[in-house]
Amino acid sequence: MKLFVSSSPHLRSKKTTTGVMLDVIIALMPALIMAVVYFGFKALLLALICVGTCVLTEYICRKVMKRQNTIADLSAAVTGLLLALNLPVDINPFIAVFGSVVAIVVVKQMFGGIGYNFVNPALAARVVLMVSFPTAMTSWTNTRFMEAVDGVSSATPLATGEGAYSYLDLFLGNIGGSMGEICTLAILLGGIYLVARRVISPIIPVVYLGTAAVMSLILGLDPLYQLMSGGIVLGAVFMATDYVTSPITKWGKVIFGVGLGILTMLIRTYSNLPEGVSFAILLMNILVPHIEKLTKPKSFGEAKKEKGEKV
Amino acid sequence: MENNLKFPTKPFRTKGGAKVPHRKNTAQCESVVLTDIPEVVIPMSQHIGAPCKVAVQKGDKVFVGTVVGDTDAFVSAPVHSSVSGEVKDIITMTLPNGVVTEAVVITSDGLFEKDPDLKPPVVESKEDFLKAVRASGLVGLGGAGFPAHVKLNVPKGKEIDTLLINCAECEPYITADHREVLENSWAVMSGIYAVKDILGVKRVIIGVEKNKPDAIKLLKEIADNEKADPDDVVRVLPLKSSYPQGAEKVLIKATTGRVVPAGGLPSDVGCVVMNVASVAFIADYLKTGMPLVRKRLTVDGSAIRNPRNVIVPIGTPVNRLIELCGGYKEECGKLLMGGPMMGIALFEDSAPILKQNNAILAFNVKDASTAKGGSCIRCGKCVDACPMNLVPCTIVRAAKNNQVDVLKEYNTMTCMECGCCTVVCPAQRYLVQSIRLGKAILREEAKKEKGAEVKK
Repeated sequence: MKLFVSSSPHLRSKKTTTGVMLDVIIALMPALIMAVVYFGFKALLLALICVGTCVLTEYICRKVMKRQNTIADLSAAVTGLLLALNLPVDINPFIAVFGSVVAIVVVKQMFGGIGYNFVNPALAARVVLMVSFPTAMTSWTNTRFMEAVDGVSSATPLATGEGAYSYLDLFLGNIGGSMGEICTLAILLGGIYLVARRVISPIIPVVYLGTAAVMSLILGLDPLYQLMSGGIVLGAVFMATDYVTSPITKWGKVIFGVGLGILTMLIRTYSNLPEGVSFAILLMNILVPHIEKLTKPKSFGEAKKEKGEKV
Repeated sequence: MENNLKFPTKPFRTKGGAKVPHRKNTAQCESVVLTDIPEVVIPMSQHIGAPCKVAVQKGDKVFVGTVVGDTDAFVSAPVHSSVSGEVKDIITMTLPNGVVTEAVVITSDGLFEKDPDLKPPVVESKEDFLKAVRASGLVGLGGAGFPAHVKLNVPKGKEIDTLLINCAECEPYITADHREVLENSWAVMSGIYAVKDILGVKRVIIGVEKNKPDAIKLLKEIADNEKADPDDVVRVLPLKSSYPQGAEKVLIKATTGRVVPAGGLPSDVGCVVMNVASVAFIADYLKTGMPLVRKRLTVDGSAIRNPRNVIVPIGTPVNRLIELCGGYKEECGKLLMGGPMMGIALFEDSAPILKQNNAILAFNVKDASTAKGGSCIRCGKCVDACPMNLVPCTIVRAAKNNQVDVLKEYNTMTCMECGCCTVVCPAQRYLVQSIRLGKAILREEAKKEKGAEVKK
């Protein structure tokens, strides 16, 4: 008789990394479906291009680095899908491919692959594209339900200023913007699914959006209009909650969310950039190790530190 | 502390834990006494503390209850023969936990004759009681194996106001304590009273997980009965069925709301925790004088033909026990001594049943296969699951990189190795295993520091 000997515990839950990633993909489906509804099948095509490039790049990367292949964990697919949803639907496919390669090679694999990237790969890639191809990245296409004002392109609700779109249009996504960020309803559905499946904790999205709302009031803006415009909901639900690049402690998540809300609204109001979500999240990503250090939870029975005592 | 001596009506909040399957398949199986054991192996180290010295010689005639090993050390407990027969050999063996110890091999004559010198102890004082508990060979039957007389000998200056009876039995599969309550309820109550009087406590709380409604009902009946509980000091507190509800610190928090300080003992917060089988044994011992020579345990798992609860002589080889439970129904890939969460995997099926053992689980090859750990995705599930509020993933990283300062900063020694973090990890990482490594690093470091101090 051959007996396996291992150190306890001898049980495992059925939840796996692949399962987590699959849940994220499922949660992104409403946003993708709404993109197809608004822009037609070219939206789906763009998503397939990004996902395909990300998965293929990851496969080649791991092969070249002679490491265990990790495409089966679906994390590369999630990165691809997120990147696609952050792009204008009519972007040159080569730009999309370039962005995907940047996300996987530069941001993810060069730092050690899944779990080791210090910023969100999809977001970092989006920022690289924004800086490299500013015009292409801000040429928005009209949704099929919009009256064409000047033929093809439309403006985001942030660029037009408050009042250009009705709350209903904003909520349903009949506005200009990246193909996955426009429909607030679809993104919220995905978020509720993730929370219900216990994939994410609601702390970061709630604190982020709440802080942004308060900041809007302070800055004299319309909170509802601000929250349903641009990429803030998509960012709050899917990007800021990225496990690898957000704090794992409860209070860390709160600080992270507050920081995001403040930074986003400050960039939106005072900088020349059209949108502040990407930069806010990237900046906060970099601060995560420090936030975690600050918010180390007090362990069971840990003595209170005396004043002046060295750690 | 006086003012919070009321009985809680509902458990206090505890953090973390993991959803593990209950699989209490044997809860309704009445324990079967097994006697067809041709040979037993009695190791000298079945407890935390100093191992015993062999007190018999090859060829000696022994009876049930004859001392075969003892020592003068305080933190230790004598071991007794569990059968009547002849000492066949004295061997050196490796226990499943890696401890190398001497063991007495006894051939049974099948008669189970009691040692004629055994008689119920005369208990007139606390000293008598502690002496009797030591002589009985009792160790914590919940699994830790800490000598009971040491636990009951509360250091001076520490006031104990609460006795907690641990009947949580939160490990999957195991139903031995559950059966103890159902089949031996008289002894449970009698033992509680004996221990309560010795400790002089005003309050006894029996913590039971809610997945044992029949045990809760029976215990409540006894606790509410004026005859059985004349002073009305015993109450039953049903607890949430969640692992690790039965871990000492978690149980104390859930039943009293008190937090044992890191590195401290239950007595630091006025509590003594005893396993339900331990108190029942004390009652039996005070009545009969028969030391700890047999053990109730659960035999279960996917490879066992007839899962059941059994009462077997201590020292029974596991393979004989499994034969008596119908043998394996398929190829066995993993044998556990204890539950699947904290049990020890056996490297050979000839290992003997030990005092603190409460289950033997045999799993088929499929259940035994081990997970391939991936990269940490920092999902934080281990942080949520940790009952000690630690950050397992950070500790693991520090342990692998030998970062002593980080290990210290993150209170690695507080880990009680319950395994919750590892169960919930979606990347299937070996978390608690690496934390054990971290604890070993810190122990080494402490030794080094101590050595340096001595040199100064």
